[in-house]
Amino acid sequence: MKKLKLKELESCLQQVDTFESPKLLLEQYPTRPHIAACMLYTIHNTFDDIENKTIADLGCGCGMLSIGSAMLGAGLCVGFDIDADALEIFNSNIEDFELTNINMVQCDVCSLSDSMLETFDTVIMNPPFGTKHNKGMDMIFLKTALQMAKTAVYSLHKTSTRPHIQKKADEWEVKMEVIAELRYDLPASYKFHRKKSREPPLHLSRVAWLF
Amino acid sequence: MKLLTHNLLSSHVRGLRPGGGFPLQIQASEVRVRPVPFNAAFVARLVPRLRWAALLEAAESLGHPSELPPEPAADYEGDESFLRRVHHILLEVEVLEGVLQCPDSGRRFPISRGIPNMLLSEEEA
Repeated sequence: MKKLKLKELESCLQQVDTFESPKLLLEQYPTRPHIAACMLYTIHNTFDDIENKTIADLGCGCGMLSIGSAMLGAGLCVGFDIDADALEIFNSNIEDFELTNINMVQCDVCSLSDSMLETFDTVIMNPPFGTKHNKGMDMIFLKTALQMAKTAVYSLHKTSTRPHIQKKADEWEVKMEVIAELRYDLPASYKFHRKKSREPPLHLSRVAWLF
Repeated sequence: MKLLTHNLLSSHVRGLRPGGGFPLQIQASEVRVRPVPFNAAFVARLVPRLRWAALLEAAESLGHPSELPPEPAADYEGDESFLRRVHHILLEVEVLEGVLQCPDSGRRFPISRGIPNMLLSEEEA
Protein backbone atom coordinates (compact mmCIF):
# COMPACT_ATOMS: atom_id res chain seq x y z
CA MET A 1 0.00 0.00 0.00
CA LYS A 2 1.41 3.36 -1.04
CA LYS A 3 2.40 5.38 2.02
CA LEU A 4 0.01 8.31 2.29
CA LYS A 5 1.34 11.61 3.61
CA LEU A 6 -0.66 13.59 6.16
CA LYS A 7 -1.31 16.44 3.73
CA GLU A 8 -2.46 14.01 1.04
CA LEU A 9 -4.83 12.32 3.48
CA GLU A 10 -6.28 15.65 4.58
CA SER A 11 -6.68 16.73 1.00
CA CYS A 12 -8.58 13.53 0.13
CA LEU A 13 -10.82 13.91 3.17
CA GLN A 14 -11.77 17.40 2.04
CA GLN A 15 -13.60 15.68 -0.82
CA VAL A 16 -15.86 13.73 1.54
CA ASP A 17 -19.47 14.88 1.19
CA THR A 18 -21.07 15.75 4.50
CA PHE A 19 -24.54 16.30 5.98
CA GLU A 20 -26.90 18.29 3.78
CA SER A 21 -29.32 19.12 6.59
CA PRO A 22 -27.65 18.14 9.87
CA LYS A 23 -30.08 16.89 12.53
CA LEU A 24 -29.69 18.97 15.65
CA LEU A 25 -30.94 16.40 18.15
CA LEU A 26 -28.49 13.82 16.86
CA GLU A 27 -25.65 16.35 17.23
CA GLN A 28 -24.70 15.82 13.62
CA TYR A 29 -21.65 17.63 12.36
CA PRO A 30 -18.78 16.30 10.29
CA THR A 31 -15.37 15.70 11.80
CA ARG A 32 -13.26 18.38 10.14
CA PRO A 33 -10.85 16.90 7.55
CA HIS A 34 -7.85 18.40 9.31
CA ILE A 35 -8.84 16.91 12.67
CA ALA A 36 -9.71 13.55 11.10
CA ALA A 37 -6.42 13.40 9.20
CA CYS A 38 -4.27 14.28 12.25
CA MET A 39 -6.17 11.86 14.43
CA LEU A 40 -5.97 8.94 12.02
CA TYR A 41 -2.36 9.60 11.15
CA THR A 42 -1.41 9.42 14.84
CA ILE A 43 -3.38 6.22 15.38
CA HIS A 44 -1.70 4.67 12.35
CA ASN A 45 1.90 5.86 12.76
CA THR A 46 2.30 5.92 16.52
CA PHE A 47 0.14 2.97 17.49
CA ASP A 48 -0.22 0.91 14.30
CA ASP A 49 -3.91 0.34 15.03
CA ILE A 50 -5.29 0.88 11.52
CA GLU A 51 -3.41 -1.03 8.81
CA ASN A 52 -4.70 -4.57 8.35
CA LYS A 53 -7.03 -4.18 11.28
CA THR A 54 -10.81 -4.46 11.62
CA ILE A 55 -12.16 -1.09 12.67
CA ALA A 56 -15.55 0.05 13.99
CA ASP A 57 -16.58 3.70 13.62
CA LEU A 58 -19.38 4.37 16.11
CA GLY A 59 -21.65 7.26 15.16
CA CYS A 60 -19.97 7.29 11.75
CA GLY A 61 -22.27 9.89 10.16
CA CYS A 62 -21.11 10.53 6.60
CA GLY A 63 -18.03 8.37 7.15
CA MET A 64 -15.12 10.79 7.49
CA LEU A 65 -13.18 8.61 9.95
CA SER A 66 -13.98 5.32 8.19
CA ILE A 67 -12.94 6.68 4.83
CA GLY A 68 -9.68 7.98 6.24
CA SER A 69 -9.00 4.64 7.93
CA ALA A 70 -9.71 2.78 4.71
CA MET A 71 -7.22 5.01 2.91
CA LEU A 72 -4.58 4.21 5.53
CA GLY A 73 -4.89 0.49 4.86
CA ALA A 74 -7.53 -0.80 7.26
CA GLY A 75 -8.54 -4.38 6.46
CA LEU A 76 -12.23 -3.58 6.98
CA CYS A 77 -14.03 -0.56 8.46
CA VAL A 78 -17.61 -0.87 9.62
CA GLY A 79 -19.52 2.32 10.34
CA PHE A 80 -22.46 2.31 12.77
CA ASP A 81 -25.05 5.09 12.79
CA ILE A 82 -28.71 5.56 13.65
CA ASP A 83 -29.55 7.88 10.76
CA ALA A 84 -30.44 6.52 7.31
CA ASP A 85 -29.85 9.89 5.61
CA ALA A 86 -26.28 10.09 6.89
CA LEU A 87 -25.62 6.49 5.81
CA GLU A 88 -26.92 7.27 2.34
CA ILE A 89 -24.35 10.05 2.02
CA PHE A 90 -21.69 7.71 3.43
CA ASN A 91 -22.63 5.09 0.82
CA SER A 92 -22.33 7.54 -2.02
CA ASN A 93 -18.96 8.73 -0.64
CA ILE A 94 -17.70 5.15 -0.74
CA GLU A 95 -18.76 4.86 -4.36
CA ASP A 96 -17.09 8.16 -5.26
CA PHE A 97 -13.84 7.12 -3.63
CA GLU A 98 -14.13 3.57 -5.01
CA LEU A 99 -13.28 2.07 -1.64
CA THR A 100 -13.90 -1.65 -1.29
CA ASN A 101 -13.06 -2.22 2.37
CA ILE A 102 -15.96 -0.42 4.07
CA ASN A 103 -19.38 -1.59 5.27
CA MET A 104 -22.02 0.06 7.42
CA VAL A 105 -24.82 -0.90 9.79
CA GLN A 106 -27.82 1.16 10.82
CA CYS A 107 -28.50 0.80 14.54
CA ASP A 108 -28.68 2.61 17.84
CA VAL A 109 -25.16 2.38 19.29
CA CYS A 110 -26.62 2.78 22.79
CA SER A 111 -28.45 -0.54 22.53
CA LEU A 112 -25.46 -2.53 21.22
CA SER A 113 -24.04 -2.96 24.73
CA ASP A 114 -22.58 -6.42 25.28
CA SER A 115 -23.82 -8.24 22.21
CA MET A 116 -20.62 -7.78 20.22
CA LEU A 117 -17.75 -8.33 22.62
CA GLU A 118 -14.26 -7.81 21.20
CA THR A 119 -15.44 -8.07 17.63
CA PHE A 120 -13.11 -5.38 16.23
CA ASP A 121 -9.39 -4.71 16.67
CA THR A 122 -9.90 -0.97 17.01
CA VAL A 123 -12.78 1.43 17.57
CA ILE A 124 -12.37 4.97 16.29
CA MET A 125 -15.04 7.59 16.95
CA ASN A 126 -16.15 11.16 17.29
CA PRO A 127 -19.18 10.49 19.52
CA PRO A 128 -22.08 12.84 20.27
CA PHE A 129 -21.08 14.89 23.30
CA GLY A 130 -24.42 14.75 25.08
CA THR A 131 -25.27 18.43 24.70
CA LYS A 132 -28.76 18.04 23.23
CA HIS A 133 -31.09 16.41 25.77
CA ASN A 134 -28.93 13.32 25.58
CA LYS A 135 -26.66 13.84 28.54
CA GLY A 136 -24.15 11.07 29.13
CA MET A 137 -24.25 9.95 25.52
CA ASP A 138 -20.49 10.19 25.08
CA MET A 139 -19.95 7.84 28.04
CA ILE A 140 -22.45 5.29 26.69
CA PHE A 141 -20.58 5.35 23.39
CA LEU A 142 -17.27 4.93 25.21
CA LYS A 143 -18.53 2.00 27.26
CA THR A 144 -19.89 0.26 24.16
CA ALA A 145 -16.70 0.98 22.26
CA LEU A 146 -14.61 -0.61 25.01
CA GLN A 147 -16.72 -3.76 24.84
CA MET A 148 -16.42 -3.98 21.08
CA ALA A 149 -12.69 -3.34 20.82
CA LYS A 150 -10.00 -5.96 21.19
CA THR A 151 -7.05 -3.60 21.37
CA ALA A 152 -8.01 0.04 21.83
CA VAL A 153 -10.60 2.77 21.47
CA TYR A 154 -9.74 6.18 20.04
CA SER A 155 -12.30 8.81 20.89
CA LEU A 156 -12.65 12.59 20.68
CA HIS A 157 -14.02 14.32 23.77
CA LYS A 158 -14.37 17.83 25.10
CA THR A 159 -11.36 18.67 27.24
CA SER A 160 -13.72 20.06 29.89
CA THR A 161 -15.11 16.55 30.44
CA ARG A 162 -11.71 14.98 30.92
CA PRO A 163 -11.85 14.67 34.75
CA HIS A 164 -15.25 13.03 34.52
CA ILE A 165 -14.07 10.58 31.85
CA GLN A 166 -10.92 9.82 33.83
CA LYS A 167 -13.07 8.96 36.85
CA LYS A 168 -15.14 6.55 34.72
CA ALA A 169 -12.01 5.07 33.21
CA ASP A 170 -10.70 4.30 36.71
CA GLU A 171 -14.05 2.76 37.67
CA TRP A 172 -14.01 0.57 34.59
CA GLU A 173 -10.33 -0.27 35.15
CA VAL A 174 -9.19 0.96 31.79
CA LYS A 175 -6.12 2.95 30.90
CA MET A 176 -6.80 6.29 29.29
CA GLU A 177 -4.09 8.37 27.62
CA VAL A 178 -4.64 11.70 26.01
CA ILE A 179 -2.69 11.50 22.80
CA ALA A 180 -3.56 14.83 21.21
CA GLU A 181 -5.16 18.14 22.00
CA LEU A 182 -7.18 19.65 19.19
CA ARG A 183 -9.07 22.81 18.72
CA TYR A 184 -11.18 23.90 15.80
CA ASP A 185 -13.82 26.34 14.73
CA LEU A 186 -17.13 24.92 13.62
CA PRO A 187 -18.62 26.99 10.85
CA ALA A 188 -22.25 27.83 11.49
CA SER A 189 -23.91 24.49 10.71
CA TYR A 190 -27.22 25.21 12.38
CA LYS A 191 -29.50 28.19 11.90
CA PHE A 192 -29.15 29.37 15.49
CA HIS A 193 -25.40 29.87 15.19
CA ARG A 194 -25.27 33.55 14.51
CA LYS A 195 -21.60 33.56 13.69
CA LYS A 196 -18.72 31.13 13.33
CA SER A 197 -18.83 29.22 16.53
CA ARG A 198 -15.64 28.82 18.55
CA GLU A 199 -15.85 25.31 19.90
CA PRO A 200 -14.23 24.38 23.19
CA PRO A 201 -10.96 22.44 22.96
CA LEU A 202 -11.09 18.72 22.33
CA HIS A 203 -8.73 15.96 23.09
CA LEU A 204 -8.16 12.60 21.48
CA SER A 205 -7.97 9.76 23.96
CA ARG A 206 -6.68 6.28 23.58
CA VAL A 207 -8.54 4.00 25.96
CA ALA A 208 -7.60 0.39 26.47
CA TRP A 209 -8.22 -2.37 29.00
CA LEU A 210 -5.57 -2.76 31.64
CA PHE A 211 -4.11 -6.22 31.39
CA MET B 1 -22.94 -6.36 3.72
CA LYS B 2 -19.86 -8.53 3.39
CA LEU B 3 -19.71 -11.93 5.01
CA LEU B 4 -16.91 -10.69 7.26
CA THR B 5 -19.29 -8.07 8.62
CA HIS B 6 -21.97 -10.74 8.99
CA ASN B 7 -19.49 -12.86 10.97
CA LEU B 8 -19.11 -10.01 13.47
CA LEU B 9 -22.76 -9.02 13.75
CA SER B 10 -25.16 -10.15 16.46
CA SER B 11 -28.78 -9.37 17.11
CA HIS B 12 -29.20 -7.32 20.28
CA VAL B 13 -32.91 -7.81 20.93
CA ARG B 14 -33.47 -7.68 24.68
CA GLY B 15 -33.90 -10.92 26.57
CA LEU B 16 -31.91 -13.23 24.35
CA ARG B 17 -29.92 -15.95 26.02
CA PRO B 18 -26.16 -15.41 25.79
CA GLY B 19 -25.04 -16.00 22.23
CA GLY B 20 -28.65 -16.30 21.12
CA GLY B 21 -28.31 -13.47 18.66
CA PHE B 22 -25.69 -15.17 16.50
CA PRO B 23 -25.47 -16.10 13.72
CA LEU B 24 -28.10 -14.06 11.95
CA GLN B 25 -29.68 -16.15 9.21
CA ILE B 26 -29.41 -14.53 5.80
CA GLN B 27 -32.19 -14.51 3.22
CA ALA B 28 -30.70 -12.65 0.28
CA SER B 29 -32.61 -11.37 -2.72
CA GLU B 30 -29.63 -9.61 -4.31
CA VAL B 31 -25.99 -10.61 -3.99
CA ARG B 32 -23.04 -8.89 -5.67
CA VAL B 33 -19.54 -10.23 -6.22
CA ARG B 34 -16.91 -7.52 -6.61
CA PRO B 35 -13.11 -7.81 -6.58
CA VAL B 36 -11.28 -6.50 -3.53
CA PRO B 37 -7.46 -6.31 -3.43
CA PHE B 38 -6.09 -9.42 -1.72
CA ASN B 39 -4.22 -8.83 1.51
CA ALA B 40 -2.73 -12.12 2.75
CA ALA B 41 -1.53 -10.70 6.08
CA PHE B 42 -4.97 -9.37 6.95
CA VAL B 43 -6.76 -12.60 6.02
CA ALA B 44 -4.26 -14.77 7.92
CA ARG B 45 -4.81 -12.66 11.05
CA LEU B 46 -8.55 -13.06 10.75
CA VAL B 47 -8.71 -16.83 10.32
CA PRO B 48 -8.34 -17.84 14.00
CA ARG B 49 -10.93 -15.26 15.06
CA LEU B 50 -13.65 -16.12 12.58
CA ARG B 51 -16.69 -18.10 13.63
CA TRP B 52 -15.94 -20.67 11.02
CA ALA B 53 -19.12 -22.76 10.98
CA ALA B 54 -21.24 -19.62 10.72
CA LEU B 55 -19.12 -18.42 7.80
CA LEU B 56 -19.52 -21.66 5.85
CA GLU B 57 -23.25 -21.71 6.56
CA ALA B 58 -23.64 -18.10 5.43
CA ALA B 59 -21.74 -18.72 2.19
CA GLU B 60 -23.86 -21.78 1.51
CA SER B 61 -27.08 -19.85 2.13
CA LEU B 62 -26.06 -17.31 -0.50
CA GLY B 63 -25.55 -19.99 -3.07
CA HIS B 64 -21.78 -19.38 -2.89
CA PRO B 65 -20.49 -22.58 -1.34
CA SER B 66 -17.08 -21.59 -0.20
CA GLU B 67 -15.02 -24.71 -1.03
CA LEU B 68 -13.52 -24.30 2.39
CA PRO B 69 -12.77 -27.20 4.76
CA PRO B 70 -14.88 -27.72 7.92
CA GLU B 71 -11.93 -26.33 9.91
CA PRO B 72 -8.86 -24.37 8.82
CA ALA B 73 -5.81 -26.64 8.44
CA ALA B 74 -2.94 -26.24 10.91
CA ASP B 75 -0.66 -24.71 8.28
CA TYR B 76 -3.23 -22.29 6.84
CA GLU B 77 -0.92 -19.27 7.13
CA GLY B 78 1.35 -20.48 4.38
CA ASP B 79 -1.40 -21.74 2.10
CA GLU B 80 -2.04 -18.88 -0.31
CA SER B 81 -4.72 -20.67 -2.26
CA PHE B 82 -6.65 -21.26 0.96
CA LEU B 83 -6.21 -17.64 2.05
CA ARG B 84 -7.45 -16.44 -1.32
CA ARG B 85 -10.60 -18.54 -1.00
CA VAL B 86 -11.18 -17.14 2.50
CA HIS B 87 -10.58 -13.61 1.18
CA HIS B 88 -13.08 -14.14 -1.59
CA ILE B 89 -15.86 -15.35 0.63
CA LEU B 90 -15.26 -12.81 3.40
CA LEU B 91 -14.79 -9.66 1.36
CA GLU B 92 -15.86 -10.08 -2.25
CA VAL B 93 -19.36 -11.50 -1.83
CA GLU B 94 -21.87 -8.91 -0.61
CA VAL B 95 -25.55 -9.01 0.22
CA LEU B 96 -27.16 -5.91 -1.26
CA GLU B 97 -30.82 -6.69 -0.58
CA GLY B 98 -32.39 -9.20 1.75
CA VAL B 99 -33.20 -9.94 5.36
CA LEU B 100 -31.25 -11.01 8.45
CA GLN B 101 -33.16 -13.13 10.95
CA CYS B 102 -32.29 -13.33 14.65
CA PRO B 103 -31.98 -17.05 15.47
CA ASP B 104 -33.55 -16.84 18.95
CA SER B 105 -36.22 -14.17 18.64
CA GLY B 106 -37.07 -14.60 14.96
CA ARG B 107 -36.92 -10.82 14.58
CA ARG B 108 -36.19 -9.86 10.97
CA PHE B 109 -33.86 -7.02 9.99
CA PRO B 110 -33.96 -5.73 6.41
CA ILE B 111 -30.82 -5.20 4.33
CA SER B 112 -31.13 -2.42 1.80
CA ARG B 113 -28.36 -1.15 -0.51
CA GLY B 114 -25.95 -3.30 1.44
CA ILE B 115 -26.87 -1.79 4.80
CA PRO B 116 -28.53 -3.93 7.49
CA ASN B 117 -31.07 -1.96 9.52
CA MET B 118 -30.83 -3.25 13.09
CA LEU B 119 -32.93 -0.52 14.70
CA LEU B 120 -35.17 -1.91 17.44
CA SER B 121 -38.44 -0.63 18.82
CA GLU B 122 -38.49 0.59 22.43
CA GLU B 123 -39.87 -2.69 23.76
CA GLU B 124 -37.22 -4.73 22.01
CA ALA B 125 -34.18 -2.73 23.02
